[in-house]
Amino acid sequence: MNLDLKREDDGLVLSVPDGGMDPAGATKALDGLSLPDTDGISRLRIEAPENWKWGTGDAAFLAALLQRLPKKDGDPVALEGVPKDLAKLLELARTAPAAKEAPQKPTGLRKHLGLWALGEWAEIRAMLTLIGEVVLRLPRFLTGRAMVRRNEVIDVLAESSVRALAIVGIVNLLMGSILAFVGAVQLKAFGAGLYVADLVGIASVRELAPVMTAIVLAGRTGASFAARIATMQGNEEIDALTTLGVPPEEFLVLPRVVALSLLMPLLYVYACALSLIGGLLVATTMMDLTATAYMVETQGAIKSANFVIGGLKAFVFGAMVALIGCRCGLRAGRSAADVGQATTAAVVNAIVAIIAVDALFAVCANALGV
Amino acid sequence: MAGQDTPRIALKDVDIGYRGKPVQSGISVDIAAGEVFAIVGDSGSGKSTLLKNMVGLLTPLKGSIRFDGKTLTEAGRTNDGGNGPPPFGILFQGGALWSSMTLLENVMMPMEMHSHGDPAGYEMLARFKLALVGLAGHEERYPASLSGGMRKRAALARALALDPAVLFLDEPSAGLDPLSSRRLDELVLSLRDGLGITVVLVTHELESLYSIADRMLFLDGEVHRPTALGPPAELARNADSDKVREFLSRRGISSSPSSSSSQEVHS
Repeated sequence: MNLDLKREDDGLVLSVPDGGMDPAGATKALDGLSLPDTDGISRLRIEAPENWKWGTGDAAFLAALLQRLPKKDGDPVALEGVPKDLAKLLELARTAPAAKEAPQKPTGLRKHLGLWALGEWAEIRAMLTLIGEVVLRLPRFLTGRAMVRRNEVIDVLAESSVRALAIVGIVNLLMGSILAFVGAVQLKAFGAGLYVADLVGIASVRELAPVMTAIVLAGRTGASFAARIATMQGNEEIDALTTLGVPPEEFLVLPRVVALSLLMPLLYVYACALSLIGGLLVATTMMDLTATAYMVETQGAIKSANFVIGGLKAFVFGAMVALIGCRCGLRAGRSAADVGQATTAAVVNAIVAIIAVDALFAVCANALGV
Repeated sequence: MAGQDTPRIALKDVDIGYRGKPVQSGISVDIAAGEVFAIVGDSGSGKSTLLKNMVGLLTPLKGSIRFDGKTLTEAGRTNDGGNGPPPFGILFQGGALWSSMTLLENVMMPMEMHSHGDPAGYEMLARFKLALVGLAGHEERYPASLSGGMRKRAALARALALDPAVLFLDEPSAGLDPLSSRRLDELVLSLRDGLGITVVLVTHELESLYSIADRMLFLDGEVHRPTALGPPAELARNADSDKVREFLSRRGISSSPSSSSSQEVHS
């Protein structure tokens, strides 16, 4: 498309083609536009066909053209010969207040790293603050003075225990069975098939039952805590609590942390039982061991220290899953996407934390010789 | 309404903002007991941020906010173990009712958390507050089953649960049809007249503003400070700022028919 642009005194005349401006063609024409050698343009007259039905393409082209024309003495270019409504639209586009600029985002790797580090540090501080808040409010909870609703506590207890029994049971039964399968194949070769009971017993009681139960609860209960609290955040329900003088740490976090910390050791005992039963089933069906021999061997293999370590892990993991779930919910933004992110973060962070703390337990137990 | 020595709410040289960057600066205003006070301004000017600062959800960058001469902490609104009932109730823009509770439980909850009387009395009180806002018979319903207007009314009942001296309303008419909006305005006025509550509202609705607000504060988002304070009708005529007068007069838009006659426009 060629622009029909002519010089006229101190201005220009633009002839609009019959079909109006084709936006794509006009853009190319504008890019290749060579303006007459002048010290500035003061006016632009439009010569249009009689029944010109202008569209937004014409308006966009004229706005872009007016912007490019060199202005005489910096004065605005006067536009003549355009329909009134088109003139109004162009005036609106020119004078509409520009949206405020978003704050400049930092550029460069160092700035990104710095901001990331500051963000992580702030998150660690927030998590430590939350732990502190929960610990400080615990005596009020235990003496029945905390701002919590009985129904809320019962709901959390049910959600974290009765409703979790099936999944915790299945996972641990299968884990015990898998351990027994693996052990049976290897130990049978050395004629030490009976030691499958030792393997399953020690591994389940000390490591697998607390870790697997905690992971199941992280994916189930921790995620549910995060989603629930994040949704409340989006609906301003947390703000409503705060403004009523009800601290969310006390009303929402404390009952969940207490519930999971207390229930996890119980679930751990249940998980141990199911894991041992899984081992027993495989050992008795695959290896011609009697149930009595298996149980006697298990009894001899598991020392009470293993139960103490496993139980302690379960308690700590329970508190961690609840705290991480609640924290991820509390720090969530207010959109639907933020609920999803909070839930994912709760599960991922909890699983990583469980494994890291389990490793710490192993190191400490080794150092203490237990 | 005014005329008492100590204002119900006093903001003195308050700066509000996020991460140290002020959104509005130099806000100083006294709100009298029983007054209906509106916070008005263009989008993004910091109206809701000011409200959040007043109720303690955010902390002012500078200055002080006092209720009956006391800071929020002194007035009982702390988040530590010994906090008492807040001196205000708040109606959030979306209602913010607790979705897992019935309306009755929503209204009873603040009472249960702060009162140490006979729990049997809470239910009667909560039923009365729901009846006040026209929701008698809906006590056992959950927020999700209510219309927007009913949800606002229920949230208003919850805001009144602790018999607050001050009621904060964040865009009470948002999302409501004109009739529901008018009913809510009438309700607010009758609560003010019946209970002597001070009302502070953030609004964009000029109809609401003219019909219920005694005074208004205009927050200008371009200069980042308040540019007008006074009765809306008076400011619509005599405000120093052109923007305030234009804002308060935009009750309808007239359009002229287009024509093909030429007109000059400047670029």
